[in-house]
Amino acid sequence: MDPLLSWGRYPRVPQIAHACRWRGQALDSLQDIVHFHGSTLPFGNGRSYGDSCLASSNQVLDLRLLDRIIHVDWQHGRVVAEAGTTLGEILSISIPNGWFLSVTPGTQFATIGGAIANDVHGKNHHLRGTFGNHLLRFGLQRHDQPMLCCSRTENADYFAATIGGLGLTGVVTWAEIQLMPIQASGIDSTATRFGNLAEFFTLSAEHDHKHEYSVAWVDCLATARQAGRGVFIVGDHTKYGPLEVDRRTKLRVPATPPFSLVNNWSLRAFNVAYWHKHSDRPRNQIGSYDSFFYPLDRFVNWNRVYGRKGFQQYQCVIPSGVAEVAIQELLARIAASGQGSFLAVLKRCGNSASPGLLSFPLPGVSLALDFPQKHALHPLFERLDDIVREAGGRLYPAKDAHMSGSDFRRAYPAWERIEALRDPILMSRFWKRVTT
Amino acid sequence: MKRILIVGASSAIAMACARIWANQGDELFLVARDVEKLDQTAEDLRARGAKAVTSHCMDATDIAAHALMLEKALTAMRQIDIVLIAHGSLPCQKDCEQNVEVALREIANNGTSVIALLTLLANQLEEQRCGSLAAISSVAGDRGRPSNYVYGAAKAAVSTFCEGLRPRMYKVGVHVLDIKPGLVATPMTQGLTLPKALVSTPEKVAKLIVRGIENKRATIYTPGFWGIIMLIIRSIPQTLFKRLNF
Ligand SMILES: Cc1cc2nc3c(=O)[nH]c(=O)nc-3n(C[C@H](O)[C@H](O)[C@H](O)COP(=O)(O)OP(=O)(O)OC[C@H]3O[C@@H](n4cnc5c(N)ncnc54)[C@H](O)[C@@H]3O)c2cc1C
Ligand SMILES: NC(=O)c1ccc[n+]([C@@H]2O[C@H](COP(=O)([O-])OP(=O)(O)OC[C@H]3O[C@@H](n4cnc5c(N)ncnc54)[C@H](OP(=O)(O)O)[C@@H]3O)[C@@H](O)[C@H]2O)c1
Repeated sequence: MDPLLSWGRYPRVPQIAHACRWRGQALDSLQDIVHFHGSTLPFGNGRSYGDSCLASSNQVLDLRLLDRIIHVDWQHGRVVAEAGTTLGEILSISIPNGWFLSVTPGTQFATIGGAIANDVHGKNHHLRGTFGNHLLRFGLQRHDQPMLCCSRTENADYFAATIGGLGLTGVVTWAEIQLMPIQASGIDSTATRFGNLAEFFTLSAEHDHKHEYSVAWVDCLATARQAGRGVFIVGDHTKYGPLEVDRRTKLRVPATPPFSLVNNWSLRAFNVAYWHKHSDRPRNQIGSYDSFFYPLDRFVNWNRVYGRKGFQQYQCVIPSGVAEVAIQELLARIAASGQGSFLAVLKRCGNSASPGLLSFPLPGVSLALDFPQKHALHPLFERLDDIVREAGGRLYPAKDAHMSGSDFRRAYPAWERIEALRDPILMSRFWKRVTT
Repeated sequence: MKRILIVGASSAIAMACARIWANQGDELFLVARDVEKLDQTAEDLRARGAKAVTSHCMDATDIAAHALMLEKALTAMRQIDIVLIAHGSLPCQKDCEQNVEVALREIANNGTSVIALLTLLANQLEEQRCGSLAAISSVAGDRGRPSNYVYGAAKAAVSTFCEGLRPRMYKVGVHVLDIKPGLVATPMTQGLTLPKALVSTPEKVAKLIVRGIENKRATIYTPGFWGIIMLIIRSIPQTLFKRLNF
């Protein structure tokens, strides 16, 4: 099997995969790898961008083949499945029965184990919180004890530590999740252009609570009078229509180009085109859930367009009170640097607390951008980090390849409790970087 | 809705076929030797939409147990529309050369047990006068090679057996399919260093198998390009072939 990389393909540290095929074999597999290599890390489907899914030993326990469904209850919308099952595989069996994921990130290729370990959030965070808020229980395999069943009431400390626990507390082998009922599989969405950040905040305050989903795109290259312009999109599951699993054909990027196809020209052209694609009046449309939630999944391995060097995502969340000022400042910095991304995404995060200890979202606004990897990123990220620190915000470990140990430990004070509950044979490059 | 019997249901290739059938709402009768794997596979297929799934624990080399297995399958499904025989094991060729017992055990597992099952099940399908009998042999049966000729000999026996069984069954409306996979990434090949470009996935192979059964094909190479590779390998003259080491 090919060595694995993280989604950003940076840092480029190929991982050797050791496959676990049956949940009863997780313990043996763990012990085998540890015997030969000292330590390891569970690996889902590699949809994390930076180094949080890379083992410090470069030997990962690959869980993608643990993809069996264990039990379904369509009356109550509950599914028990093995941890390597992808969110898309869950949808393909739940949608025909009238159920949808309560929370979904922007890719359906994430596995249940990965969704738990990063406590992922989606476009409805303002209403439903994170993946962990809808997690009922799971099986946790540590290297020195029989499989534990964890829930809010049983092994509650491991339950809390594993949600957002970055794969360090043990291997999640299966999980039971609560789904959300839907009447139809379409999404009714409305896109509204805004001319600057202040308008975004007004739109978001006015509309977010009325819709299941809300997200915005900002033109991160626009300057001067156009700075902060973007498109605000809200959506809801349609009331009428078929319950259809989307099976659009997937396209592939056949090879990794030697250099990034994403550069200043292509970015500028894309951002301008995206802005002009939307009319200046709010536009309503009914589309498939696939294109609403997972536009990038259409292109399998789209990450290759960034070339051999890969790319980094910068995702931060800024607390409500200072969000507008801080995000203005972040965007100004980025625009001034001339480096930017196809889609800079703004999203309001709500107040519901996750059961997890290291969950990323906090009440406020999150901003995410992709940057092709180059040396000039380092000074830019340092400036951005200063702004985030000042504002009392934090960065998302699932996307990170750069944050400093001191920033991490300040922003995630519960890290020491994770460290205490960490299975000593599990260690990621990220954890090593930020805790030592 | 079809009623399908799978022997060696814990195999990665068989599992991928079973998921396609479950998705279509077919009824399944699963046979494997490991209870835990059997149960986990059955649960998965039920959740994915199989009309009904029954599992039966049996070692395929236990010939005396075959009749009971068939009886249970008929009790559960009343008739059998598709049989897929998928179990197998890839032995260490060196061990087979040193130890006759190992060699014969591998012949039994990959060859005679399959022939025994085909004999029994052919008679059932003959009585029904309908259905498909599909067995997974291998490209390895197309020519004996120094690196795995014991395995290859057993698979060749299955292929030759199918070739003779097919005309007999054809006359009573029963279809016989010989499936010859090339290299597939499954537990069987785990740990071997294989030429990446030639390795396929169980999902891809499964699609071809299901289609081969639907289209009543006689022999399929999965994926198809293995047909060409094996044509070339078969046409290497002995004078050269005996000097090769692969
Ligand atoms: C296009 C795209 C859009 C995205 N959008 C969002 C978004 O909107 N919101 C969001 O929150 N995230 C988003 N993400 C990030 C992604 O959802 C997370 O990184 C997710 O965790 C990836 O899951 P994975 O299965 O690929 O896990 P991996 O990336 O392989 O691993 C992630 C972490 O999970 C751990 N892990 C994996 N499996 C297990 C297991 N069985 N037991 C214990 N630990 C395990 C690993 O050790 C690692 O720490 C996006 C990613 C992409 C590529
Ligand atoms: N993978 C390849 O490259 C390849 C190439 C050509 C042909 N094939 C053939 O394809 C078929 C499926 O193999 P696979 O690739 O899917 O590998 P696999 O996942 O290892 O499947 C082989 C299965 O056969 C089962 N089995 C072995 N002996 C058995 C017995 N006596 N009774 C009952 N079950 C038995 C094993 O059960 P346990 O799990 O209990 O051990 C295992 O599940 C085999 O016939 C193989 O020879 C494979």
